[in-house]
Amino acid sequence: MSIWRRLAAGLITSALIFAIALSVSAQSSTAADMNARLAKLEQQAADAKSSADNAWMLTSAALVLMMTGPGLALFYGGLVRKKNVLGTMMQSFALIAIVTVLWGLFSYSLSFGPGNSFIGGLQNLFLRGVGAAPDADYAATIPAQTFMVYQLMFAIITPGLIAGAFAERMKFSAMVVFMVLWSIIVYDPMAHMVWGKGGLLNASLGGLFPTLDFAGGTVVHVTSGVSALVCALYLGKRVGYPKEAMPPHSVVLSFIGACLLWVGWFGFNAGSALAAGSLATSAFVATHFAAAAATVGWAGAEWIRSGKPSVLGGISGAVAGLVAITPAAGFVKPMPALLIGLIAGIFCYWMVAKVKARFGYDDSLDAFGVHGAGGTLGALLTGIFAVSVVNPIFKDAHGNILASGLFEGNPHQLLNQLIGVLIAWSLAIVGTLAILKIVDITIGLRVSEEQEVQGLDLSQHGEEGYYWEASA
Amino acid sequence: MMKLEAIIQNSKLDAVKTALHEIGVEGMTVIEVRGHGRQKGHTEVYRGREYSVDLIPKTKIEMVLADALVEKAVQAVLGAARTGKIGDGKIFLSRVDEAIRIRNDERGEGAL
Repeated sequence: MSIWRRLAAGLITSALIFAIALSVSAQSSTAADMNARLAKLEQQAADAKSSADNAWMLTSAALVLMMTGPGLALFYGGLVRKKNVLGTMMQSFALIAIVTVLWGLFSYSLSFGPGNSFIGGLQNLFLRGVGAAPDADYAATIPAQTFMVYQLMFAIITPGLIAGAFAERMKFSAMVVFMVLWSIIVYDPMAHMVWGKGGLLNASLGGLFPTLDFAGGTVVHVTSGVSALVCALYLGKRVGYPKEAMPPHSVVLSFIGACLLWVGWFGFNAGSALAAGSLATSAFVATHFAAAAATVGWAGAEWIRSGKPSVLGGISGAVAGLVAITPAAGFVKPMPALLIGLIAGIFCYWMVAKVKARFGYDDSLDAFGVHGAGGTLGALLTGIFAVSVVNPIFKDAHGNILASGLFEGNPHQLLNQLIGVLIAWSLAIVGTLAILKIVDITIGLRVSEEQEVQGLDLSQHGEEGYYWEASA
Repeated sequence: MMKLEAIIQNSKLDAVKTALHEIGVEGMTVIEVRGHGRQKGHTEVYRGREYSVDLIPKTKIEMVLADALVEKAVQAVLGAARTGKIGDGKIFLSRVDEAIRIRNDERGEGAL
């Protein structure tokens, strides 16, 4: 009985399947038709991935902009004296505007356009050819315009970091001219060398000395940090430094700024995966772990040395860790990231609290001590801890994956990292010195002593951050 | 009429104000000030740089009193502001020649 039943059920099912198959084959009777449908499906899958990547990259671009304004503006603004809070914030904000204009006109082309080993050409002048179609060499799944605007946000914050070194004493006009020249002479070539097609240091697009720099350890932090030191030395100390007390006027503002920087840095580092896949996750995790460990490192070192863990120490440590993990973010596993952060926190604390005092330069907000020192450290440690399982960046002619860093068995990479760092240092020193000289002899760099005592807010902008005659 | 100026610990403002209200003081002016007497300051450290802070935040209460109320007010401040430690502050008394109410030209103790 049950056997017959099963047989009947099997027959009916088979008949049904046969009927469906018949109707399907009737609908797509030819192979060409099948191929067209497959191609359409593939296109839809690619479009879906493209949309996902694009959503993350636009979000990342916005996050990186938030790092400059209000992140950096608040961080630096809180560290200066009351009379300079607006002048300091304005430096960050002005760069958002100025660098954006330059980027559209020619800086993007100089950085990422096809060119020689050192600088891009003029092919993408006025953003010609930068549209909806992806540039497969850089990011195959997002519009070239998304890549362009994402990279712009890096070009904005980098000169913004330098401002910490000459805070409270540079003329606004001089700052504007300096920054325009610096973007063209230092940033654009450095970005091209490390990230541009055929750049001298490019790790994946045929560089002579492939340097691993995931999100800008050399391009952003070494160049800005070293330039900051040159600025501090060239401009000289603030009136009254170091005899007069110049404590931060609001660690509260700096605190909010640092927290915004931390969050924005996820766009900076995880966004540098240029897609929304697992590499972005890996970079996100490494970034967060390094920042946390560096906070422990700096505040801990301070606690041991001076008896109290300060809030400013904690947030400075976080920034130092974020700086150091920037070149490594997309190449290292979480535990090495933790270690990189811890080392960076302690090292940058030592640079800021000991080395600066020893040599007596007035790097007012420690742009060199955090970005120059932390960036250099991070770039070198990347050559030690990078592993191909996180990011298979090096391949031989047959497509086999090669070792990335020293610990994985590629000691030569440490040398390449050193070359990358040395080139960044050299370009920053020579370029910044030349620009400072030009601005100095044409319009002058510093405000008058009288204006400096009065403060930048009033003398440069005719405003006060905290208007005292507030009416009821 | 006398002016009473009391420089007290910030944390004692509420207690002093209440004590003064209880004995019938009707007006006072309170100012946030910084200064030091014999009390030592403290050091603050920002990124490894030490700053010594010797001007300590205090609260100053000013009031002009009818002669009959002066001693009671002094006792009220002493009672409410004292902790017995260095840094409790000081009271200064001085003569006031005239008081004038802006609203209606009233003069003397009636204007207080």
